Amino acid sequence: MTDQAASLETLRRFRIGAGTALGLAALAVSLLFAVAVGAVQVPLGTVTGVLANKLIPGLVDANWTAGREAIVWDIRFPRALLAALVGAGLGLVGAALQAVTRNPLADPHLLGISSGAAFGAILALLHTGLFLGLLTVPLLAFAGALVAAMLVVGVAGLAGATSADRLVLAGVAVSFIVLAGANVLIFLGDPRAAHTVVFWMLSGLGLAQWAHLVWPLVVLLPVGVWLWLRAPEMNAMSVGDETAATLGIAPARFRMTVFVACALITGVMVAFSGIIGFVGLMMAHVVRLVMGGNNARVLPFSALFGAIFLIWADIVARVVMAPEDMPIGVVTGLIGGVFFVGLLARRRL
Amino acid sequence: MTPHLVADGLTWTPRGAPPILSDVGFTVPQGQILAICGANGAGKSTLLRMLYRYLRPDAGRVTLGGDDLWALPARAAARRVAAVLQEQPTDFALDVREMVGLGRTPHRQGFAASGARDAEIIAAALHRMDLTRFAASPFGTLSGGERQRVMIARALAQEPELLVLDEPTNHLDIRHQLEVLALLRGLGLTVVLTLHDLTLAAEIADTLLLLHRGRLVAHGPPAKVLTPHTIAATFAVHARVDRSGPTPRFSFHL
Repeated sequence: MTDQAASLETLRRFRIGAGTALGLAALAVSLLFAVAVGAVQVPLGTVTGVLANKLIPGLVDANWTAGREAIVWDIRFPRALLAALVGAGLGLVGAALQAVTRNPLADPHLLGISSGAAFGAILALLHTGLFLGLLTVPLLAFAGALVAAMLVVGVAGLAGATSADRLVLAGVAVSFIVLAGANVLIFLGDPRAAHTVVFWMLSGLGLAQWAHLVWPLVVLLPVGVWLWLRAPEMNAMSVGDETAATLGIAPARFRMTVFVACALITGVMVAFSGIIGFVGLMMAHVVRLVMGGNNARVLPFSALFGAIFLIWADIVARVVMAPEDMPIGVVTGLIGGVFFVGLLARRRL
Repeated sequence: MTPHLVADGLTWTPRGAPPILSDVGFTVPQGQILAICGANGAGKSTLLRMLYRYLRPDAGRVTLGGDDLWALPARAAARRVAAVLQEQPTDFALDVREMVGLGRTPHRQGFAASGARDAEIIAAALHRMDLTRFAASPFGTLSGGERQRVMIARALAQEPELLVLDEPTNHLDIRHQLEVLALLRGLGLTVVLTLHDLTLAAEIADTLLLLHRGRLVAHGPPAKVLTPHTIAATFAVHARVDRSGPTPRFSFHL
C-alpha cells in the first residue's frame, strides 16, 4: 500500500469513527431535548435528574413536582424513544430495500408494504375488534405487511421475473390495490370510528407508552442486526443479479428474504405510529452522500440518522401547533420533500 | 492430461421457443484462452451463463478439474469460477477497494469480518490491475477502461481457476482494449471470453469457437477456424483474410 493510500485509509477510519461518535451524541442530545421541549417547558436539569433517579433511585435530590416527573417519564420519554425506534426502523428498511432492488426510490411505501400494514391495522381497529388484546393492531398490521410483501413477490413471479425492476413495478401495483382495499374497509366501518382511523393513518406518536415500546424494540433489534450482517451480500447485489450469482449468492431468494425482514419491521412500526412518509426513502440517500455506498455503513447510519430525524420531526409536530399535535407525517413529508428538491437542484442525487 | 474445462452437449431451450443452444461442447486446457465468437443472438451469452453457473443447462455437463460445476454448492463454485459481465453497477457508489473486495464474498466464513489475508489479496489484485492509486476513489468517478479493470481485479480477488468474461473490450477505446487483453494473457488462468472483434480474438485466443444459431460451427486454433467459409456461415458476410502477419487480419463486405 502506498503512503497516500494508507493515509486515505486512516482518514476514512477517522471519519467513520467520528461519524459514529457524533451520531450517538446527537441522538442522546436529541432525546433529552425532545423530553424538555413541549407545551410545558421542562428544564434540562430536571430531565437529566428524573432520568438519573429512574436509573439509580435517590441519586439526585428531587427538586421538581410529581406532575413534572410524570410529564418527563410517563409521557415524553416513551414518546421520544418511540420516535427513535420508528425512525431507526424506517431508515434501515429504506436502505435495505434500495440495496436489494438497486432502485433509489425503493421504500416500504413504494413497494406496498406500508399499505399492507395499514390494511391490517384498519381491519383490527374497525372490524375485528381487539380480539388479541393490545397486540391485535400490531399483529394484524404485521400480518398485513407480510401478506402484501408476499403478494408483491407473487405478482412479480406471475410476470415471470423476479428481477429488481419488475419487483418494484409489482410493488407499485399491489400498493394501489391494497390501499384501495383499506379505503373500502374505512368506508364500510362505523363513521365515528373511521374518523379515528383516518387520524391514525395521518400518523403520530402521541399514544406512546412504556409498556408498548418493547414490541418495536423486540422486532427491530434482531431483524436489524440480521440485515446488517447481510451487508456484504447487499454490496454484491449492487453490481447486478448475475454478478451476485457468480459470487455464490442466490439473488432472487436473497431479495425475497430481505423483503420479508423489511415487512416485519415496517408492520410493527406502522402499527405504533401510522404511516410516516419519506424517512425510509430519504435517510439512505443522506447517509450515502456522507459515508459512501458500503452497506455495512449505510444500514446502521440510516437507522441512526432516521432515529435522530424522527425525534426532531416529532418535536416540530408537537411545538408548531401546541398544544395540538400536528400529524408527524406532515412534518416529515414537508421537510423531506423540500430537502430532496434541494439535493436535486444541487445535482447531488 | 485431461483438459481443465470440459463442456459437453450443452443444450438450453426456453419454454415455448426454439432452442437457444443445441449440443455445444468444447474443452479448454489449463491456462489457455478460449474465445467464443458469433453474430448477435447466436447464443454466446447463454453459453457463458452455463459456465458461470447462472443458467442450468437442460442437457449436458460442465466440468472443471473433473468436478461437475452444477453439482457443486453455489459458494464452492463461486470460489473456482469468476465472471466479468456487462452489468452496470448502481450509483450507490462503493469505492474501488470495496468493489474489488466483493470478490472475497464466497470465501467469507460465517460472520467473520474480512481478515488480513483478504486485505492482502485485494491489495495484490489492485496492484496487478494498476489500480492502487484509485483504491479510495468512488467507482462511479472512473472512466470506462478503469471500471473494466476494477471488475477484472474483483474477479481476481475471487482467486478463481476459471475466468469468464462477456465482451470485456466493449465500449473501450483501442488502447484500453489491447491493455485489457494483454492483462488477460499474463494471468495464466483458464479464460473463456466472448469477443466481437475477430482480429482481436485471433490475437489473444489459443482456441476459438464459432457459434451460429446455437450450434457449433467450428472449434480449434484461430488460424484454422477463421476461414472465409466459416465466417460466411457464422456472420453472413464475405471476408478477406490477410495471413501475412503473425495472426490473421480480416476485412469484411456484404
